[in-house]
Amino acid sequence: MKPRVDVLGAGLFAAAMAVAPLFLNAYQVDVLNSIGLYALLALGLNLILGEAGLFNMGHAAFYAMGAYTAAILNTRYQIPVLWTLPLSGAVAGAFALAVARPVVHLRGDYLLIVTIGVGEIVRIALVNDVFGITGGANGIFGIGRPRLFGLVIRRPEQFFYLIWGFVALTIFLFLRLKRSRFGRALNFLREDEVAAEGSGIDTAYYKLVVFGLGAAWAGMAGTLFAAKMTIISPESFSFWESVVLFMIVILGGAGSIPGVLLAAFLVVGLPELFREFAGARMLVFGLVMMVMMVVRPQGLWPARGRQKWLAVSGKALGP
Amino acid sequence: MKAAEPTVEREQRSLLTLGEVTKSFGGLTAVDKVSFAVEAGSVVGLIGPNGAGKTTVFNLITGHYQPNHGDIRFAGQRLNGLPTHRIIMLGIARTFQNIRLFQQLSALENALAGCHYRMRGGILAGMFGFLPYQRRAEQEAVERSVGELEFVGLNQKVATVAKNLSYGDQRRLEIARALTTQPRLLILDEPAGGMNEQETEALIGLIEQIRARGITILLIEHDMRLVMRACEKLVVLEHGGKIAEGSPEQVRNDPRVIEAYLGTEDEV
Repeated sequence: MKPRVDVLGAGLFAAAMAVAPLFLNAYQVDVLNSIGLYALLALGLNLILGEAGLFNMGHAAFYAMGAYTAAILNTRYQIPVLWTLPLSGAVAGAFALAVARPVVHLRGDYLLIVTIGVGEIVRIALVNDVFGITGGANGIFGIGRPRLFGLVIRRPEQFFYLIWGFVALTIFLFLRLKRSRFGRALNFLREDEVAAEGSGIDTAYYKLVVFGLGAAWAGMAGTLFAAKMTIISPESFSFWESVVLFMIVILGGAGSIPGVLLAAFLVVGLPELFREFAGARMLVFGLVMMVMMVVRPQGLWPARGRQKWLAVSGKALGP
Repeated sequence: MKAAEPTVEREQRSLLTLGEVTKSFGGLTAVDKVSFAVEAGSVVGLIGPNGAGKTTVFNLITGHYQPNHGDIRFAGQRLNGLPTHRIIMLGIARTFQNIRLFQQLSALENALAGCHYRMRGGILAGMFGFLPYQRRAEQEAVERSVGELEFVGLNQKVATVAKNLSYGDQRRLEIARALTTQPRLLILDEPAGGMNEQETEALIGLIEQIRARGITILLIEHDMRLVMRACEKLVVLEHGGKIAEGSPEQVRNDPRVIEAYLGTEDEV
């Protein structure tokens, strides 16, 4: 009974995560918080890159849009930072729709280059203090602590539950989405665009919408990041961040939610473990990545088909 | 306008009409003023030597290409300028010459693609939907898909990943996927390509069954036995132009067709 093993594994993981802050020191919890943020971003990118097969190496731009929206609204208009969550998502999503509209029809490699360009433009715009509201290279500081039900969230373990609670919610929603009509359409798009269009699916629409959705999630992750750091600056949203997120999705197994989580742990966590190598740690890290891609090109935890879900919903399948 | 009246009359009987359709790529005219009609309920074959422009005609009908001149009408509606998915939604389904399946997905998921446009529900319904109508729609789509897979003879392969199917099964799966869109006109691009004699025989039976369901068929095929047996009307293309049209018997004896296929005596 494989599905039960899945459920059991997920339950054990959730339980271990729920009690983890009790056994870890503040630094270790903070590393888990970083992993959680990267997991959120990568889960959003996984919709675009893993499920729909659209090459996006500018995801940090949408992350930045969300973080700056939250920071500006909080510091200028005193809006509680968590309240800005939906708005940050909406701003990042709307920005993604606007930039993706003219370029989303481009084939894989061309789209990749365009998204790299978008990421750089956003970063440079932030450095240059566009509209005089982004604070230039220094960024924005003094972002208020988030408050949840009257509780001020400031300690790492408090952020841990906020971030990983959001990750859990995201996994739940994205799993449902993956099994739905919408999720199937994304896979048709990834597998063969011409055949998808030829089966009556509006491929242009789905490409655009999935870009918006993945970006909206990055925007909301940006709000959590801004709330956690209380200071944000353009250097947090460099091209390297987009590369790391791209790597997490491909390394974990495109389209696989457990794969993306595992890869987030490895890609963000391993460099921390390698700290004793000091300057050489990124070298070791890079080598590990190369070996993994050669040995396991399909990803660490490849996505499985949805036959099982369909078998459950389809009585007609019979014995 | 003397020609107007017979055209109108013909359109009423026919499901699909092409009127002087021309398509050129740069200097090359791939399709040159081609006109023909497909009557509702018939099986029509589009034949001709390699490079005659047959697949281009299909791609024009399904909106993959836009014609430079001429009209394509389906059930009275002009198709020019419509995107492919809109044309599919109007009731035309197709298969591809070089099989285009969703390789990593199961036969059932492939077939479900055709049900997509008749279903509803986007992101929010997918994430939050617990509504009974959605489950019912999903259930119906699965049942329809399984039904079509059984119809084409893939009962045992419902959960098989498309890339692991045999060549003949992959062609059949493409037909099943096209049928789940519930088309009025089915366009088959070399359905017997790569099939052995037995499989071709089964395909002829399948075409007959599809027609019996009231679905009109337009097909491209090189296998002359299949064409002669399955089609009641043939349209012959050569160098992008139509050179003959008529019953298989008429076409077989048409000197221009014989010349196109075999060459003139001088050339031999």
